[in-house]
Amino acid sequence: MTVSNPRPCGDFRTDYAGDTRLFSDRAHTGGFFCLLALALVVPFVFDGYVVSLMILIGIYGIAALGLNILVGFTGQISLGQAAFFGFGAFSSAWLNTNTGIPVMITILLAGIMTTAVGMIFGIPAARIKGLYLAIATLAAQFILEDFYARAEWFTGGSAGSLAETPELFGFVFDSDQRYYYLVLFWVCVSFLLASNLMRSRDGRAFIAVRDHYLSAEVMGINLTKYRILSFGISSFFAGIGGALMGHYLGYVSAESFTIFFSVLFLAMIIIGGLGSIAGTLLGTAFIVLLPQFMEFLVGLLSGPVPFLLDVQPYIKEMAIGSAIIIFLIFEPEGLIHRWRLIRAYWRLYPFSY
Amino acid sequence: MELFVQLMINGLIVGSLYGVVAMCFVLVYKSTQVVNFAQGEFLLVGAWTCLSLLTYFELPFWLGFLVTLAFMTVFGILLQALVLRPLIGESAISVVMVTVGLAIFFQAALNMIFGSFAKPFPQVFSQETIEIFGLQIETAYLMSIVPSIIIMVAFYIFFKRSRWGLAMRATAYDQQVAQSLGISVKNVFAMAWAISAVVSGVAGIVLGMVNTVSNGLAFIGIKVFPATIVGGLDSIVGAVIGGLIIGVLENMAEFVDGQFLHFGNLYAIAPFYILIIFLMVKPYGLFGTKDIERL
Repeated sequence: MTVSNPRPCGDFRTDYAGDTRLFSDRAHTGGFFCLLALALVVPFVFDGYVVSLMILIGIYGIAALGLNILVGFTGQISLGQAAFFGFGAFSSAWLNTNTGIPVMITILLAGIMTTAVGMIFGIPAARIKGLYLAIATLAAQFILEDFYARAEWFTGGSAGSLAETPELFGFVFDSDQRYYYLVLFWVCVSFLLASNLMRSRDGRAFIAVRDHYLSAEVMGINLTKYRILSFGISSFFAGIGGALMGHYLGYVSAESFTIFFSVLFLAMIIIGGLGSIAGTLLGTAFIVLLPQFMEFLVGLLSGPVPFLLDVQPYIKEMAIGSAIIIFLIFEPEGLIHRWRLIRAYWRLYPFSY
Repeated sequence: MELFVQLMINGLIVGSLYGVVAMCFVLVYKSTQVVNFAQGEFLLVGAWTCLSLLTYFELPFWLGFLVTLAFMTVFGILLQALVLRPLIGESAISVVMVTVGLAIFFQAALNMIFGSFAKPFPQVFSQETIEIFGLQIETAYLMSIVPSIIIMVAFYIFFKRSRWGLAMRATAYDQQVAQSLGISVKNVFAMAWAISAVVSGVAGIVLGMVNTVSNGLAFIGIKVFPATIVGGLDSIVGAVIGGLIIGVLENMAEFVDGQFLHFGNLYAIAPFYILIIFLMVKPYGLFGTKDIERL
């Protein structure tokens, strides 16, 4: 699970502060702000379809980021991210309708509530790890799914619950273009939080737990604390993402947070790159765009083979299944690894090192 | 009271099928350290293959059954060679995800080929209800318990008496030592997957004959997790007992639910509560060996 980060020859870090800097060099800083500027103008340039895809990438990206902290950085496997995502969606809608707290605040509160739930379901992680933990989170997924179908006071049962459109000082986020900025704000906050977390003492403790949990314990890292904390942080991001999703759709259904959805989140971080903050977003974009690409492909081929149109949903699922397998076999370090290789190659072009 | 006993018997019958599938799951885990999330899809592949041989090609049952067994052998070996062998030695997350990817792929592919509607098996054995000790039992259910017992006995004989069984036990115990004694670990891996696929295929056919064949059959692959955790992830005997416990427990939950609680679907979710409790209290199950790690 180690992610190699090829640095060009002569790129030395002479002190510790330099090694843990948020932006490693000027190009990195510039690249970040260029991307941010590009992201800001998207709603003015593209139509609603592209913007809605970007919103999806942003929302899923936040939840996938949480999962990457848990899986990629701490080495705990979780098959229940969708259940926590759903918990965020329901609790934000529930808080807003029952207590009248404005949506902008309930999104944050939903994150905190989901953190608590995540920590409860993270308790088994104190004793077990690896495959056993994967199975425990699988059980958490089914138990929470069952809870959503049953707890009518909280989720509206099979009817689902309505989520209001957020509003800030009279500005209503009622169109895709407007909602986009709300999502963009949370994406920036989440990714900055996560990047900074990984530069901190706690972040390094997570990585130590992942790399060798026994050695970490010998060095004085409290395994139980950090494993449960990691579940909490992961669920916080899932909750924020879920709340944003609920208010975006305006409606939260109890049936949408399935095991398949959890697997999609795992697929995002594996394809993007385990243990890479930026890779998370790449992987999310890949998984969101892959079905769109398959739709396009089916559209092209449907002339000679009209049969394909009927089975389009299955083709999309098959594409996701095969993408997971192909990436694990041929590029286990994910898209971010490819990107780093490309960057390292061009930095010193035409010399190889 | 009669209902109680009836549900108990039903639980044991369903549990024996869970036990058989859990046995395959444990076999693969023990010899290759892979947790197979696609176990349920193996059942589906077997059931759909046999069904299409019987209805589309109109083969007699015994021939269709044998061809399915042959197909499942090849299927298991190919899967192992193409997808799982490159991942030997990778971290747990990769191994988990690759089988999850396989599960998604086969689920979608089978849906695409056979449609999402349940199809009945052609009548092979007569379906009637017989009375044993005053209890009503459908012959179809009895038919399903016979193959389970045959498979379990065959497993026992295979592992205790045959050379290959001995090789597999040695590999499960220590791969390097087994290799240095001249056992082809590669072949053992392939064989573990082949056996798992074949036996799961048989379980799929049996289930398909008792109920109908639909993609819902894959749920057995999920029920396997509570069964194996209760029994211990690396104990074949534990898998059988765990399967029986989960089968009985499910029916008991249905009984309690129907009589007193009226939750509606407690039987489907109860095994997972048991799973969580077991993982917290006794993570290595009833018969599993405890992992001891040294620095």
